[in-house]
Amino acid sequence: MPLGSGETLRLGEKLKPFRERVKELSGEDVGLCYQCGACSSGCPLTDEMDLLPSTVMRMVQLGVEEVLDSKTIWICSSCFTCQVRCPRGIDVANVMEALRQLVLRRKYDRVSIDLLPPEELRELPQIALVSCQRKLTG
Amino acid sequence: MEKEGKMVTIYVMGKKHRVPAGLTIMKAMEYAGYQLRRGVGCRGGFCGACATLYRVKGSYKLQAALACQKVVEDGMYIVQIPFTPAEKKLYDIEKIRPTPNVFVEHFPEITRCLSCNTCTKACPQDLMVMDYVQAALRGDIEKVVELSFDCIACGLCAIRCPAEIVPYQVAQLARRLYSKYILGLSEEVEKRVAEVEEGKFDEELEQLKRLPPEELRKRYESREIRV
Amino acid sequence: MELPRWNCCGTVHALAKDDVMHHLAPVRVLLRVEEAVEAGLVDEPRVVTLCAMCYNTLKRANHLYRNDSDKRRVIESIMEKENRPYGGKAEVIHLLELLSELGWGKISERVERPLEELRVAPYYGCLLLRPRGFGVDDPEEPRIMENLLEALGAEVVDIPFKSRCCGAYHTVFMKEEAAELSYKILRQASEMGADLIALSCPLCMFNMADRQGLIGRLFRDFKGIPVLYFTQLMALAFGLEEEAHLEENNPDPRPLLRERGLWR
Repeated sequence: MPLGSGETLRLGEKLKPFRERVKELSGEDVGLCYQCGACSSGCPLTDEMDLLPSTVMRMVQLGVEEVLDSKTIWICSSCFTCQVRCPRGIDVANVMEALRQLVLRRKYDRVSIDLLPPEELRELPQIALVSCQRKLTG
Repeated sequence: MEKEGKMVTIYVMGKKHRVPAGLTIMKAMEYAGYQLRRGVGCRGGFCGACATLYRVKGSYKLQAALACQKVVEDGMYIVQIPFTPAEKKLYDIEKIRPTPNVFVEHFPEITRCLSCNTCTKACPQDLMVMDYVQAALRGDIEKVVELSFDCIACGLCAIRCPAEIVPYQVAQLARRLYSKYILGLSEEVEKRVAEVEEGKFDEELEQLKRLPPEELRKRYESREIRV
Repeated sequence: MELPRWNCCGTVHALAKDDVMHHLAPVRVLLRVEEAVEAGLVDEPRVVTLCAMCYNTLKRANHLYRNDSDKRRVIESIMEKENRPYGGKAEVIHLLELLSELGWGKISERVERPLEELRVAPYYGCLLLRPRGFGVDDPEEPRIMENLLEALGAEVVDIPFKSRCCGAYHTVFMKEEAAELSYKILRQASEMGADLIALSCPLCMFNMADRQGLIGRLFRDFKGIPVLYFTQLMALAFGLEEEAHLEENNPDPRPLLRERGLWR
């Protein structure tokens, strides 16, 4: 069945709440994305990602909640290269943050600072620890 | 007791009691029949054992106080927090050093501070708790000491902190480091410790031990406090 | 002068649209700026940052506070213990912007020892330039650090990775991955003939300088390259050797500078 057929649309309708929640939380109109891939080509961290940023955008458009299981959302460091380059004016970093927040708000912490050995804590600057806590713990 | 035995209504863990106005929360609870085993200590505002949270009718504010200090208000909803679950961090003061990262090393959760100031609002000693946590984050030991000097470790800041920090432990580490490495030794203390070790006060102590309780009480009450 | 009372800005701007809690820290700093004016300590409510992350966080929080009246009301109510609410008057600028405002000519005049024949690669990282609308300069074609370095007499080496992520906070739990990102930037600078790298952000500094030991262990071909804050280069050029505190840098830039006749 071709894309955009009744079947696909119905699927989209069913999964709409997730897409709407991401839109609301990120403030970005994910529907604007036309999958050019500029975000993915400029992203310095794709080597570590399981999904390309543009794939994440597509999954959000389709309302596929499984995108929350992806490693990508935790790898994004909010460097905003995608924000500068997106021809559709989408701040992809905001979408990534919304996805992280959806997970973090369910009593989930991506990392635990308790597990860092003292020698690392002695060495790491506050700026690294504070940003890490803010990005990866709820 | 206050004039004409004016009474107020308080709710201790939801149970309504009429108690005389003018009593402290602690005395009001005892008046209402509670026998306090935990959540009570010096009764003088120094030991930090009687941490209490309350709301007053008509106000959304969740307030914090020491039960031995705070006077009951009409329509007060009260719960005591006799203990704060907090891990006792172990460190050897002889081995650690007053380095900029010393607080982060022992209390890495201070990096979660939101500067929301909830700790300051909760402090019954009116300390600027958030400011000292922030000073600790940047390794300013002296500032932490200055701002936390009157901390009695009641635990209310730790109970209220959304970042799950235990501020009073951080402050305690600061004061220990400050005494050990920054302030230096006090001649007076050294002298007194030597006197104690030499047995200068042994006889006096023995005499005190043999005194009857009434005499001890009399001496205690008539003691002179010199500053 | 340093603000008499301040707290950590939180280092990153909270991006979720419903987040208020994480904006309290930067807004409090902005309030302290207004308080400093009220106390007569400074004339204008301007706060200058050296750190790229402070710059970004304070500037974005300021923008949000000024333009989102709903959030502003919530922030004000949570900050009820303050003597008064933040009035939205503070201006956040980066030191590079202040220098640009003073004029590069003025900077040149102060130079006592031009950084001649020193090939410096300016590194902006992310938050000095991005997101668009919140940077010190054009996010894709910045000139501001180049202008400064030229005013100091240095030779600018323009590296394509000058605004690529250094690995940021991943240095905490993914240090090898972060080290690889920094390695690529450092290697590019070396390959393009830079003697050293100039930057502004302390997290970039940690990842690109302090982590060079780790980078060397992970990548055998890595030779090491000094990394300095742009302010240290200013101190050096202005003849304020002691103020440069180059003894704090790791790797030590002094042997190289000595070689170029820029260090005793």
